[in-house]
Parts: sequence; C-alpha cells; structure tokens
Amino acid sequence: MSAITRDEVAHLARLSRLALADDELDHFAAQLDQIVGAVARVSEVAAGDIPPSSHALPLTNVFRPDAVRPSLTPEGALSGAPAVEDDRFRVPRILGEEE
Amino acid sequence: MPYDEALERFEPVLGLETHVELGTASKMFCGCPTAFGAPPNTQVCPVCLALPGSLPTANEQAIESTIRIGLALNCTIATWCRFARKNYFYPDMPKNYQISQYDEPLCVNGYLDVEVDGRTVRVEIERVHLEEDTGKSTHVGGATGRIHGADYSIVDYNRAGIPLVEIVTKPIEGTDRLAPEVARAYVTELREVMRSLGVSDVRMEQGSLRCDVNVSLMPRGSSEWGTRTETKNVNSLRSVERAVRGEIERQAAVLAGGGRIVQETRHFHEDTGQTTSGRSKEEAQDYRYFPEPDLLPIAPDPAWVESLKAALPELPSARRRRLQDEWGVSDLDMAAMHNADAIDLVEATVAAGAPAADARKWWMGELARRANESATTLADLPITPAQVARVTELVASGALNDKLARQVLEGVLAGEGGPDEVVDKRGLQVVSDEGELMSIIDQVLADNADAAEKVRGGKIAAVGALVGGVMKASRGKADAGRARELILERLGVQG
Repeated sequence: MSAITRDEVAHLARLSRLALADDELDHFAAQLDQIVGAVARVSEVAAGDIPPSSHALPLTNVFRPDAVRPSLTPEGALSGAPAVEDDRFRVPRILGEEE
Repeated sequence: MPYDEALERFEPVLGLETHVELGTASKMFCGCPTAFGAPPNTQVCPVCLALPGSLPTANEQAIESTIRIGLALNCTIATWCRFARKNYFYPDMPKNYQISQYDEPLCVNGYLDVEVDGRTVRVEIERVHLEEDTGKSTHVGGATGRIHGADYSIVDYNRAGIPLVEIVTKPIEGTDRLAPEVARAYVTELREVMRSLGVSDVRMEQGSLRCDVNVSLMPRGSSEWGTRTETKNVNSLRSVERAVRGEIERQAAVLAGGGRIVQETRHFHEDTGQTTSGRSKEEAQDYRYFPEPDLLPIAPDPAWVESLKAALPELPSARRRRLQDEWGVSDLDMAAMHNADAIDLVEATVAAGAPAADARKWWMGELARRANESATTLADLPITPAQVARVTELVASGALNDKLARQVLEGVLAGEGGPDEVVDKRGLQVVSDEGELMSIIDQVLADNADAAEKVRGGKIAAVGALVGGVMKASRGKADAGRARELILERLGVQG
C-alpha cells in the first residue's frame, strides 16, 4: 500500500513543470514511497535527545563583509544562455494557457 | 458597491506585507553591486546567476540592518535562525528557488504605532525576515505586457540577490472605515523608520519599498474573518490607500451579491484605482520550503543585539513629539506638517535661524500653495530651507513685508537667485523713507476724499481702503502697519 498517492505525484509534477504520463505517475509514486520509507528509518535511530540538524558543520554566523567585488561582463554572464535578447536572458512563455 | 454602504454591512480586516530593499553596497549573498538603473546583467556573477559550483555567503551588513529594523519595530530578535529555500518555477530567480526565511524569521512580535485622524493605532508586526530580491522580467508579446498572454519573457538579473527585508503585520482589525488611511499611515511611518535607520532609500517609485495589501471582509456582527485577497503592484502611498478602498468596495459587492471571494493575488491599476485578478495563490506547502543547506544558521550574539539597540537613532514618532514640544504647535498643525512632508524642511529652516512659527507659516502657506499649483512636493521646490530662513529674517527686520516676501519667494522659485538677489533685482524693499511714504499717503487721501472724511467722522474701519490705496500706489512696498498709523495721524484720529 503506497503512502504517496498518484495525486501527490501529479501535484509535484505540476509544481516542477514535468509532464508525466499516467503510467509514470504510478511508477514514481511507488519509487518515491520507497525513498520516503528509507529516509524515515532515520527517525527510528534518532532519539529524543538528538536535535534535528540541517547542517553537517557545527558553525553559525559565517558572514562576509559588505564589500563589492567585480561582476561578470554582460557577454560573460550571457554566454551560457540558450537565448538572449537586449542583453537579457530570453526564456520561453512562463504561464500556459490554462494558468 | 459604494464605500459607505460597504462599511455599513462589512468590517474590513487588513494585513500588510512590505518589502524593503536594503541599501547595502553589495548583494545579499555575493559581492555584486546593487546600483539602481545599471545596464541589464552588468551586476551579476556566478553566485547570483546560480552557476554550478557557486556558493552564497551572507552579507553581515544586511543581517545587522534587519536586526536594527526589528529592534526599531519593537520585535524580539531570534537567538538562532536559518535561511530557507522557497522553491518555485518562475525564471525571475535563476536558481529556481529564492533564499528566504520561513518558520525561523530573524525578528518576531513587534509593533508600530501610527497616528490616524487624531488617534493612535497600534499595528502589530508578526515578523521581519531577510531574503533576496528577484530579477526583473519583461514580458514580450500579448496585449497587456503582463505575464498572461505573453509569447516569451526576457530577464535582467541585476536585482536578483539584492537583500530584501519583508515586514509582515498581524491582521489589523477594528480600523473600520479608516482602514485605507491606516494602511497608508502605516506604510508612511514604516518608510520614515527606514529612513531614520538609514538602511534603505525606500523609494517606492524605484521599487526599493513595495507593499502588498491583504484585505478581507466580515459581515457586521461576525467575528469570523472572510477569505482574503493579496493586492500587488501598489507603488505609491496614495495607491496603498486607494487599493484598500477599491478592494473593500469590490469584495463587498461580490459578497452582497451572494458570491464568494477567491483567495488570489490581484493587481492594482494606478489609472483606475481598481484591482484585477492575478494568479490564484500557491499554498505555502507548494513552495516546498526547507532549510537552506548552503548557508549556516544565524545566531546573533545577545550582546551585539543589545549594542545595536542602544545605538538606534531617535525614531520618527519620538522626533515628532520632541519637535512639537520645541516648536509649541498644536497636534493638528503638527499632523498637517507631517502629512505635507514638511517637518524636515521646517526643522532645517529653524536650524538656519528662522523662528519656528515663521518657518511653519511659509512652508505650510505660500510654499505649500506653490507646490500644489505646480503639482510637486515641498521638498522638490527649488528653494532651500536656508533661503526661506533668510526671507523670514528680512521680514523680521522690517526690510520686507509679507506681500513683498511672497514676491521674493516667487523670484527664488523662478530661478532668479537667492532672496537678497531677488530683492535687489526686483527692487523689493519696504518704503522706509517716511517722507516718501507721506507723499504717497497725501496723494491717496486727496484721491479718496470720501473715505478720508468717513474716517475723520469716526468710521475707523474705512481706513482699510486707504491703506489698500497706499499699498497699491507703492506697489506693495509700503509697510502697511506704519501706513495705517500715519494715515490716522494725518486725519487726526486715534487708532
């Protein structure tokens, strides 16, 4: 019994702008379920006295001073762009018809 | 639905989200400069373009400014907090996420008192958090220039990564029909707080201060909030007020017609004062927030926070109270100066040597009228506080009367030079030579024998016409008070 539903996969796919076919929804639901299950095993070993952590390093307050450093040239910045117009990154239509 | 009717049936609940671009020299997570108006994509680097292998590092000044904002807004400063990734799919961020803060903002639970219509309204602040601004998209094709219907978009990432502070109020209830004014007063006061802290240039027209307005309505007698909408694109203080008002009217009409309000983002239109529907709002969970792994937690040292608190400047409300005391003006006059953005100017004029009453009189009288006529602001008039102070000095010394002083101000505004220059060039001097004044008076008495006779007969009020005649004959250069005395003396009447 899958805890991750087809609907949840479809929702995630929409948020990620991925077009998934019906059979792929089932396929990924099962896979994601396994992944979530694997990660959930961490909670079995994490006792109440172990705080949740998000970072591997026990550091805080790593800052940089507010100093300007050279930027790229526009040519350099845009050199990897698939499409350029007026020194700007050109991107495909953002919203589809239905949005 | 007309505003009055809407307010009879419903009570508005407000919420304001204000974004302030910090005035740091460099961006939030990289060393790119932050200047406004630079050519596209000239202030970008591998970090703010999210090129593979680049890593962000937080700007210490931005952290400090955010904490100072929190302190000025009476917030509690977190002892430990993290940045979070806000994932979404617009290309205004090249990373496909924005670094923001989610459930661990730097500052929480504050308030800002604002004055509206003679009463103080406490606006409670839920949170102040730090994030990065997005790039600027231009939508090409389609009829409206908006994202809807566009063929494609082009993006400039100069703004992407500029430190952005978001200040979120708690729901503001009980404002009743003053909701639009409270919203405006709040944003105005917030802007002044930012200015006094020196953390941002807070220019709404350049987008360094932006406001999203949340409005919902509940039927009178109910205590259950309605569905809210969030109006964006509100780019001036006046628009804040109009957007709240327009949205109250629109929602009231929908609800009264049996409809329901959809939770959505709406766009404000400057030209009509109306809002139109934007995209339906994502749920918070759709952003899939999670702690930003590339940035380490922030744990402000309490001693540092204390020292920042101790070093806060005098805040605008305290300054206004102090100046009102010093100047001895009424609440009403002070509020009028505040609304006209005249306080700084009056203060500078007083600092340049003018008595407060005179400084206020000229800025709030003649100069306000001139600003109004030319549809500009007092601060943008081409006259300095020092020049206004000089005019008050010339009046106080008797060299000018009020009428001549107005002409001097007119000359200064017309670019004819400073007050003394205008006095010289236009020959504006009160006639101080009594002989000259007497000959003018004798002429006026001769020309107005009827009026002179009335005054002789005891109708003192008739002297006004004679003084007017003297002022006219001298082209405004006579001292009206002295002229009156001399006329009465000449006619042998006790004033």
